[in-house]
Amino acid sequence: MSTIPDDLSYTKEHEWVAGLEDGHTVTVGITAYAAEQLGDVVYVEVHSEVGATIAPGDAVGEVESTKSVSDIFAPVGGEIVEINPAVVDNPSLVNSDPYGEGWLFRVRVEEEPDDLLSAAEYAALTSGES
Amino acid sequence: MSRSTPLRGVHESLGATLTDFAGWQMPLRYGSESAEHNAVRTAAGLFDLSHMGEIFVVGSQAGEALDRALVGHLSVLAPGRARYTMIVNETGGILDDLIVYRLDEDQYMVVANASNYALVARELADRVRGYDAQVTDRSDEYALVAVQGPRSAEILATLTDADLGDLKYYAIVAGIVAGAPALIARTGYTGEDGFELFVLNEHALPLWNTLAEAGRDAGLVPAGLSARDTLRLEAGMPLYGNELSAAITPFDAGLGRVVRFDKPGDFVGKSALERAAEYDTRRRLVGLVARGRRVPRHGYSVTREGAVVGEVTSGAPSQSLGRPIAMAYVDEGALEKGGLAVDIRGSQEPVDVVDLPFYRRSK
Repeated sequence: MSTIPDDLSYTKEHEWVAGLEDGHTVTVGITAYAAEQLGDVVYVEVHSEVGATIAPGDAVGEVESTKSVSDIFAPVGGEIVEINPAVVDNPSLVNSDPYGEGWLFRVRVEEEPDDLLSAAEYAALTSGES
Repeated sequence: MSRSTPLRGVHESLGATLTDFAGWQMPLRYGSESAEHNAVRTAAGLFDLSHMGEIFVVGSQAGEALDRALVGHLSVLAPGRARYTMIVNETGGILDDLIVYRLDEDQYMVVANASNYALVARELADRVRGYDAQVTDRSDEYALVAVQGPRSAEILATLTDADLGDLKYYAIVAGIVAGAPALIARTGYTGEDGFELFVLNEHALPLWNTLAEAGRDAGLVPAGLSARDTLRLEAGMPLYGNELSAAITPFDAGLGRVVRFDKPGDFVGKSALERAAEYDTRRRLVGLVARGRRVPRHGYSVTREGAVVGEVTSGAPSQSLGRPIAMAYVDEGALEKGGLAVDIRGSQEPVDVVDLPFYRRSK
């Protein structure tokens, strides 16, 4: 079973969002479940640049593994303030530490959609899929 | 309804990610597919290939019957040797690519892909009519375990009475492996030295466990279909359903050498293939290496100055090259001019054309 930390929010597209309760800036990554489904991640790209404004649901990047490629969707709206250079250089961080060093980007939140999932809701979603 | 091999339980206990492949639940990977790929290149990997089909053709005219049924010249194959060949339809389209083993004077084993073996068995039964040759599909009785990689011979040698030193590439011998009767073939689909072990289903699990234990110190690891696919792609080996299909002749695929017009008598597809051999194929199967890091994948368009000039049949990140690689059918004219790209989700990513295979093992 992959881990699903209690203190994060989640999307149906298997992203996690950290720091929502603090207000302004959140960190976004993909879940351990998604990383396991993908297999070895070989390439991470965030199309949008730092300073770009994104809306919830925008395709803002892609994660490519040996067998497949998946879009990264913006879980929240706002301004991208940082893209993780370490994960671009070393995409395997998504597999080895999806909730830590494998984070993808940070957003200054302007719009928070109301369909983000709690850890329990995300666990229910993925137990149905696996 | 998905089928399972006799080794499904061991895959699950190893924590494998299972995938449906041609109606079979097969291990996609056990952990990191890149680590499995590298283990096969540097040490050894253990594969469950029990989804493959084993069709026996037996009788005093089995060789002549296969000459009639397939594009190769199997009646001249020496007992104990194997050949890569194909079965085509009347219009020359490839129904499957096969390895045919001559087990003895009047007995052959035809190994077909999981997705095709039922069709191959039916076609063979139909095509050998009138010859003294019986076709028996024994795929349900046989498991197939492969050990592939530079250390596979030393690992297998500790478990068998067969003299592996005498067993050449593309040869097969009956022997005892881990206490069970096996057909030991020096064949594979990885570009490395290695063996394919055909055993009855009941022997598959003890064989797997004994091999895994015996090879552990040499670096043998279980390897899934994901690693198998990247290994065969680096080795430039075609995959049925990707590079090969009923819409393609062996000549289209650049594999015209497997068609033996010099053998006596007629064979299914001969007249169509004689025409196919005459005209220049418009497209050619080539290797592509991406300059960037995004991966060209099956079905993506090959482009030149914005126009579609071909199609990717297989693509993956290559461990051995450190860059994404692909096989693709590309128009001859565009190949001459150069400046090719692959349309990767709307962006034209430059690629270089290279000779196949991408990877060749050092002897």
